[in-house]
Parts: sequence; structure tokens; C-alpha cells
Amino acid sequence: MQILITGIFLGGVYAIIAVGLSLQYGVARIMNLAVGEMLVAGAFAAFWVYTAQSLNPYWSLLFVVPGAFIVNWLIYRFLLQPLVRRAKTRGQLEVDSILVTFGLSFTLVGIFLIVFGGQFFNYSFMSRPVELFGSRYGQNRVLAFCIAVVICGLLWYWLNYTRSGLSLRAVSVDPKAASLVAIDVNKVSAFAFALGGAIAATGGVLLSTFLTFDASVGVVFTMKALIIVIMGGVGDIRGAIVAALVLGLTETIVARLIDPGLTLASAYFLFLLILLFRPQGLFGRRTT
Amino acid sequence: MTRKEIIGLILVPVAFIILAFLPSLPNSANLLSLAIPIAMFTVLATSWAIFSGPTHYISLATAAFYGVGAYTMATWLDVLPYPVILLIAAVIGAVFAAVVGFATLRLSGVYFVIFTLGLAEMTRQVFVWYQNNFGGTRGHYVFTDITEAQIYWQLLALGLLVYLVGWWIGRSRLGFAIRIIGADELVARHSGIHTARSKVLLFMVSGAFAAVVGVVMAPRFVYIEPAMAFNPQLSFLVAIMALLGGIHRLWGPLMGAIPFALVWEFIASNFPAQTILLMGIAFLVVVYYIPNGVAGVVEGWYHKLKAAGGEKHG
Amino acid sequence: MDKVALKTMDKPTVLEVREATKRFGGLVAVNQVSFDVREHEVIGLIGPNGSGKTTMMNLISGALKVSDGYIMMGDNLLSDMPERKIAQSGVARTFQLVRVLAGLSVLENVMAGAVFGHRKLWGKGLEVYAMRQLERVGLAAAANKPTSALTYIDQKRLELARALAADPKLILLDEWLAGLNPTELQTGIELIASLRDEGRTIILVEHVMDAIRSLCDRCVVMSSGIKIAEGTPAEVLSDKAVIKAYLGDDYE
Repeated sequence: MQILITGIFLGGVYAIIAVGLSLQYGVARIMNLAVGEMLVAGAFAAFWVYTAQSLNPYWSLLFVVPGAFIVNWLIYRFLLQPLVRRAKTRGQLEVDSILVTFGLSFTLVGIFLIVFGGQFFNYSFMSRPVELFGSRYGQNRVLAFCIAVVICGLLWYWLNYTRSGLSLRAVSVDPKAASLVAIDVNKVSAFAFALGGAIAATGGVLLSTFLTFDASVGVVFTMKALIIVIMGGVGDIRGAIVAALVLGLTETIVARLIDPGLTLASAYFLFLLILLFRPQGLFGRRTT
Repeated sequence: MTRKEIIGLILVPVAFIILAFLPSLPNSANLLSLAIPIAMFTVLATSWAIFSGPTHYISLATAAFYGVGAYTMATWLDVLPYPVILLIAAVIGAVFAAVVGFATLRLSGVYFVIFTLGLAEMTRQVFVWYQNNFGGTRGHYVFTDITEAQIYWQLLALGLLVYLVGWWIGRSRLGFAIRIIGADELVARHSGIHTARSKVLLFMVSGAFAAVVGVVMAPRFVYIEPAMAFNPQLSFLVAIMALLGGIHRLWGPLMGAIPFALVWEFIASNFPAQTILLMGIAFLVVVYYIPNGVAGVVEGWYHKLKAAGGEKHG
Repeated sequence: MDKVALKTMDKPTVLEVREATKRFGGLVAVNQVSFDVREHEVIGLIGPNGSGKTTMMNLISGALKVSDGYIMMGDNLLSDMPERKIAQSGVARTFQLVRVLAGLSVLENVMAGAVFGHRKLWGKGLEVYAMRQLERVGLAAAANKPTSALTYIDQKRLELARALAADPKLILLDEWLAGLNPTELQTGIELIASLRDEGRTIILVEHVMDAIRSLCDRCVVMSSGIKIAEGTPAEVLSDKAVIKAYLGDDYE
């Protein structure tokens, strides 16, 4: 039971990062390999608010969300859109965007290292335990999980039940057809990319309340987010959430029952199964 | 064989023979400490480009193959003769690449890059876990009487081999198949090409080379432990050097390995904290300013020169 | 039945399509379609847009798998084979949206068709053979040019040369004539006619009626995934059901 709940808590926070990436890949069609660095940026912001300003770290969301939104919008507009225009084939765009987002990822890590240094960071916030089903969990984890659930829920509602959400889904299904019904595909893509980045940074704020992090930890989360997005089916928010929970559970089970050093290996094992048997994702239809 | 090829077949080995005399120069220890990484990266980047150049699949698995090679050396050093270890490492590297390739190369490049991105780290975790539970100690001492000069010579020989293999693939049916696949995979399948097998075969070649390089370099470490052997940074360095040099030509990665390895050594020894930043900027610069690499730039100049020369004479 | 159709009546069957069905989720794109193709025959696969013609071509060439039914060529069950095996057993195709191999020279594009498929040539023989295919379609002068230097019709010619290079038993031309201007169209029709006179077996998906009348021995007409008529061009084009399918119910 304890393993189950811990796994779900972890999965909830993974879900929020993966949902951010899923928006970016599904709508803007850029596999953003720097998404982990957005998360680390959010974590650093929360850390700074808590230690330097001695405020509740969640206050950092006030500037992390708009900040990450603007930065990601600028990245899409000035770094990635030129590639979309320049690319002659989809393969070319794929390679270019992989390389550019890797470049961005390293550049950001480099900047973090210069600004914050290479040590590990953590702070103690709401670390008193609360009792659930006979076991104890950190309050901070419970709160982070609840916020993640709220954000995922809001996003899901917005995508499925509002007009602006619909235009996003339209672009993700077919950009050409979307542009025929007067949707500004460039604008929607940029918006989705920016929103995805903001969500990932929010995930960073949540994570920082209970996890130790350092400047170069982003890549680990990028990898997990990527695995989740592929497992859930590209651009499928619901699939990403389920996949995130599956990954959180698997990691927790492996860490508790076999060896904590094997978390990534277990994620990989899941990934391999998906690639071999359901490359279109858990809920995806086989494309033709 | 064209005249150009025959000239190449003579000139390249001659160049390698000249390079082989480097250790007999005065003050060679310093030179070797630069020449060894350059030679190593040239072999790795060239074999990387043999696969990634035509297929456009960005592989970040180099560190995994390299680490497996280093561990092959550490494990069997006292048991097996050295040439056999080289051979075993090549086979293990190729088989490992085949397994990874069959799982991922049927799918789009994004899946492949993501899978290889974590491969070194995953392999490291499995090694650590295995050694913790079944293997006794984590690290291995690699005591050999292999000298720096011998390592350098081996890398030169591997370099020559990688060029030969690359040249041979370039004129083989496999090489032609992979060019067609790179241009349009659908057309390739409809032309009768076994696309998955072709891609996996090339990936195996690059995996085998990386594993053998791991064996050759192992004695330099003296003490091998997983974090060192499976350093993911190696994969990125190899990729960026190849891309910087240009992956559409066999000699391209060399053009990237030499300058980048030198700059890297300089930054790493003077500003160790800034190496990651350097790598990030290098990636961005390559994509936005030199998409065809140094080789592309050089070819551009050559064509301009030729055109200018033609005008003068004509 | 007129003389043209009789010409091939006694020839052996090259391709057998039996109750081929393709479903995409709930949509049935091709619904229990059956027809035969005999040696040296030129078959027109026609029908309004969205009637499942290109899907049918994709089923034969293996780009898509049948959901039901089967397709045989000789003793080979094509519908069970991957694309490459189908190509190797002698089916070559062109694509609706022209697909030349950028980055390869014109000659190399043609060679691509003759190395791994039905023909497995290599070396000097390959070059000479590929050159001959280029001459066949009138592109020999461009052999060493990059594909980017080609006009639209020349790209189409190149694709045809690549298909011919496989020395196929059956050629699938998917709207090969589409997008050509009137002069080019004439050249294009003449080119296909010359293939037909060589005794090639061809299935062509086409909207250009002139081409269908002058080129096809028989036509298979599809509408909404179903075969609604089969016969000589003259027969099917005067068929009530066919006219209705093209022009709608109001036309009586």
C-alpha cells in the first residue's frame, strides 16, 4: 500500500512534466530535449524564493509561470520557427530540432553552473509527515501531488471543453487542415510550446519542495518525460497521465523491492516493451 | 576504381605511416597526450558518421559501447590474450548494437535518439547492480605493460581500418541502400530494400568500433569504474565533433575532431566549469551557421576557387 | 467486347485480386474488390475521388495490408508479404505525389530500382542498364545532374525509369499523368503507349479520360470502395452506374 501511494505521488509529478512536453511535441511538433532544464529553472526559482526571501516557495509560481511562458515563446519564435521554415524534409527538421534543443539544454546547464555552482540543493518545506492509510508521507509530497492533479485536470478540461483548447487539438491532429479553417497554426504552435514550458517549470517548483536537485539533473527528467510521452502516445494528454503513473509506480516498486540504483533501468525496461509491442503508445491507434 | 580512389588508397596509408612516427619525436609525451584523444575521437566520430551520416539517426549510444569495451578489457585481461579481447569486444559491441537497433530503428529518429540518450546510464546502472550483488568489487584495476605510444599506434590502425571500412561500405550495395533509405525510406522499401536490416548492420559497425576503442583506451584509466567507463558526455562529444566536421563525407569527422578536441582540452584544463556551456553553444553554432560542417565549408571554398580559376583561364 | 480486349483474353493471369478489403477503424476504404490482370494488359483503375483507388494500389504494392481477402501474383501471396518482397517478386510502382530521391543523381535514382528488387544488378552492368532506362523515358541527357535540376514532368519520367529499372512483371502507375500541362500530357500518354506496345503489364490509376480511352484494355471502376463496373473503356464509360457515381444522382 505504501509503495502504491508513494508511486502514485511520484507519478503525479512526472505527469505534469510529461504533459508539458506532450503539448510541445504534439502541437508544436518539436521534441524539446531541454524540457528538463525548464524544470530545473523552476526548482532554482523556488529555492531562491524560499531561502533568500524566506517566503513560501509556491510564491515563485507568480513569476515562474509567466517567465517560463515568455522564455519558451521566444525560444520557439526565434530559434525553432526558422528551422521549421528552413527544413526541406520532416527528417531534416527532426534532426535539427533534436540538435538545437540539446544545444539549449547544455547551454542552460552551463548557465546554471555559472550562476548557482555545481553543488546539490534542497530545502526543508512542510516536511512534517501526515498519515494516510496507516503510513506516513511528507506533507510536501501530498501537496505537490494535489497541485499536479489540479493542473492536469484544468488542462484536460481546457483542451476538451473550450474553443481555444479545440484549436490546439486541431493543430495537433492536422496542421494543414487546421490552417484551412482559419486557425493561425504558427501562433497556436508557439502558444502550445510556451504553455508546455511553463507547465514543466511549474513541475520544477513542485519537485523542489521534496527532492534534492542540482544544475545538471534536468536530463534525467527529460528522459523520463520522453519515455512517458512515448508510452502515453504522442500528443495524448490522458495517455501521458496514465503512463506517468505507471512509470512512478514501476520505479517505486523496483527501488523498494529490488535496488534503488535501478530506477532508470526499470524505466528503460518499460520503454523497451512499449517500443517492441505498442510503438503507437498505450492508447494510440496504429497510424497508416 | 576511379583515379581519385586510387590516389586516396595510396595517400591515406602514407599519411598514417608518417603519423606513426610521432612517438619518436622529441618531447613526444606532451604531443601524445593531445594526439591520443584526437585519434580516439576521430575513430569514434568517423564510425559514428558511417551510420548517422546517411541515415540521419542521431546516436548517443557511443558511451555505452565504449564502456562495454572497457569492461570487456578489465574482465578478461588476465585470462585471455589481448587480440582475443579485441575481437570479443567487437562482437559484443556489434551484438549490443543489433539488439538496440532492432528495438528502435524501425521507428522514427526521435525514438532512437531518446533510447540511446539513456542507454549508457542504464547500462551503468545494470553493471553497478550486477557487481554489487554478484561481482564483488565495483572497480577493476587494469595493469598492463601497454605504453602510450602503443595505444596511439593502435588508434592509428583503427583509424585506417575505419576509413577502409567506410570506403568499402560507400561502394557496396549496403552503402547504396543506406543512401536510398536516407533520402526516402518508403521508396527504399518499395525498391526491395530490407530497410531495418540495412540500418542495423551499419549501427553494428559503429557499435563494434566504439567497443574496440573502449578496450584500447582502458589501460589509460588504470582503475576502471562504471561512472568513468559509461560517461554519457563521450556520446555527445563524438556527435558534436562529427557534425561539426560534416557527416556527408568520410573525411568530415576528422575536420571536426581535431579542432574540437583541442579546444575541449584547453577549456577543460583552464575553465573546467564551462565545458558544458561550450558544448551547448557548439551544438547551436553547428545547426545555425555550419549545417554541413567544416567539410561543407571547405567544399564551398574549393568550388569557388575552381570557378574563379576557370574564369581566369577560360 | 472489342478486339483490344480479346487480344489478352487467352493470356495467363499475372495478378489476382480476390475480395480485397481494407478498413481504417470504422471506414471501409476498399470493400471486397476482385479483379484479374492478365499478361500484357493495361488496366485502368478509375473512379471518383475518395473511391479507394490509391488504397487499392497501396494494397497491391504492400504499403498497406489487406484487412480481408487476398492478392496473388503467380504463386506468391502478395497480401502476406512486406513491400520489399513484393518489389522483389516483380511489382514496381510510382507514387501519387512524385517521390524522387533528393541527394542522389538522376542516374543513381534509376539504379536504385535495379539493385535490390526484381533485378539485382551491380557494377558496370548496372550503370549501362540504368542508362538504357533513362534513354527509354527520354532523360539520358540529365543522367549526371542532381534531381533538383529536373522539371516536374522530368521528375515523373525519372520515377517511371526507376520503376522500369526493376524489370517488373507488373507496373503500378498512380496518377502518373496528373499535374501535367496539355503538351506534357501528350508526351506522357505517348510514353505509356510505348510501354504498352512493348507488352508491359500495367495498372494505372487515372483521372484523365483521354488517356484511359487510348491506353487501357480494360477498366475497373470503383466508387466508395466498391467495384461498380468492369469492362472495356467504352463499355464502362457508358455504364449507368458509372455515370451516376461520377456525376451524382441528379443526372438521369
